Amino acid sequence: MDSFVSALTIFVLASYLGLELITKVPPTLHTPLMSGANAVSGVTLIAAIVMAGERHSPLTSALAFVAVMLATINVVSGFMITHRMLRLFKRR
Amino acid sequence: MLPRYVTDLAYLLAAAGFVYGLQSQAHPRGAQRGSLLGAIGMLLAVVVTLLDKRIVDYTTIAAGLALGGAIGVGVALRTPVTALPQLVALRNAFGGAVAVLVAGAALLELVHRQHAATSPQFIVASVAADLIGGATCGAGLVAFAKLQGMLSDAPIRIPGVRALQGLLLLACVVLGALLVARPEQAARFWLLLAASGLLGVLAGLPISGADMPVVIALLTSLTGLAAAANGFMLPNTLLLISGALVGSSGIVLTRIMCRGMNRSIGDVLFHSGVMVAGGPSADEVYAGKVKSATAEEIAMVLDGARRVVIVPGYGMAVAQAQHAVRDLAHELERRGATVEYAIHPVAGRMPGQMNVLLAEADVPYEKMKELETINPTMDDVDVAIVIGANDIVNPLARTDPQSPIAGMPILDVDRARTVIVVKRSLSPGFAGIPNPLFAGERTLMFFADGKQAILDLLAAIKEA
Repeated sequence: MDSFVSALTIFVLASYLGLELITKVPPTLHTPLMSGANAVSGVTLIAAIVMAGERHSPLTSALAFVAVMLATINVVSGFMITHRMLRLFKRR
Repeated sequence: MLPRYVTDLAYLLAAAGFVYGLQSQAHPRGAQRGSLLGAIGMLLAVVVTLLDKRIVDYTTIAAGLALGGAIGVGVALRTPVTALPQLVALRNAFGGAVAVLVAGAALLELVHRQHAATSPQFIVASVAADLIGGATCGAGLVAFAKLQGMLSDAPIRIPGVRALQGLLLLACVVLGALLVARPEQAARFWLLLAASGLLGVLAGLPISGADMPVVIALLTSLTGLAAAANGFMLPNTLLLISGALVGSSGIVLTRIMCRGMNRSIGDVLFHSGVMVAGGPSADEVYAGKVKSATAEEIAMVLDGARRVVIVPGYGMAVAQAQHAVRDLAHELERRGATVEYAIHPVAGRMPGQMNVLLAEADVPYEKMKELETINPTMDDVDVAIVIGANDIVNPLARTDPQSPIAGMPILDVDRARTVIVVKRSLSPGFAGIPNPLFAGERTLMFFADGKQAILDLLAAIKEA
């Protein structure tokens, strides 16, 4: 139960922080923001990596492989495209 | 092999990078550096994870990283700005799928090793990841198919869908409860995935193109919550923090988009595209009142204009007219006019899509005005040019309380001295209602494809 309460504490406080930060983002940047959010939620990659690296049954390894691949696609394309878009806004 | 506290400290740094990255989106100037710091945080998190002592074999990891990285780079380099909404929809589907796969793999392993003692937190969070991730994946795939043109972007209705959704929801509750009670029956995890995935698909089908900004924002939020569910499951603080940040950012955007349409999220999800009978018919509104103009006539109107406002809609994105629009604006500015862009919060298919398109065409962000800023000044506008937009400039939203768009904030272009509407025909927008603006006394219709129309207009101005 202790570990649940500390996890919940982190979750709730980070949610408040998110609400506070995103409210300040101007509408002009909403598309890059969403693309960046995709990249950040790709952080599940780290869970997938541990899963893929442990000694497991073939089925588990196959699931973990797909998870690593999809999460990597999100992280890489998410950050790259966000970066490209934000450069458009910085030009002037 | 790193000790646990080193890994956790690295995760803390990564989380700080994400927070800084989000914070720096408050202004276009620092935003790119912030996003770069977020990416560095992600890289750090991945590197320390690779050094985790639980990892005994790197083949699967290397294959997944290499393949995913190659596809990711390819996608990033090839996706045009106009295709961003479908890409974000697809990535939302992927995000949901990853959360499900991580939870499923962890559960399978526990069963495999016959760990009888799974913690309630683990199993409840796994069920949550399965539910949220599955629904997000299903709805994200449908949204992608609609935006990509593989499915119609009009509402797709299936008879008896309400009953089916009710049954599926019941199945989700029962299967979830059974899994929590008996985690070793892991087959139920995949049944639950089937039910939640189908629920997501059924929720996505009736969504119209005009509602896409809300749906995309909501799905982004759900991928964050699914990642946070993984964070509760493992437990992992970085996943918890990142998931919460993304979850709440999606909620903020969903709320902004709903306000932009004066609709509640429940209304968008469950009554999408429901037509309200009544209101004036197209014939009553348009008959004998619509004035069509040629490029030369419009060029004359623009000749004396000192303040011009351009209103882009999804039609501009479809016609890829953003560069032509910028050229037209430059020409008008060269002749002494000031040109601004009025951007409705739900113009296009995802939040901020018009801004990115215009930015790609080198339009400085200072010239892109929000609805609240531009509307009070609309009386001073000499010419408003509406390109490929319809419902977001429909005055019925203000005047007809029975209209499906009643109360939706609109850009008040009808208050400008002259309105030029570039549109292919008088066909209605997603709301399915006629637009009295097109029949307005001060309105000139320019019937043509968006890009060609602007090019013709530009040529006519240069000749005059």
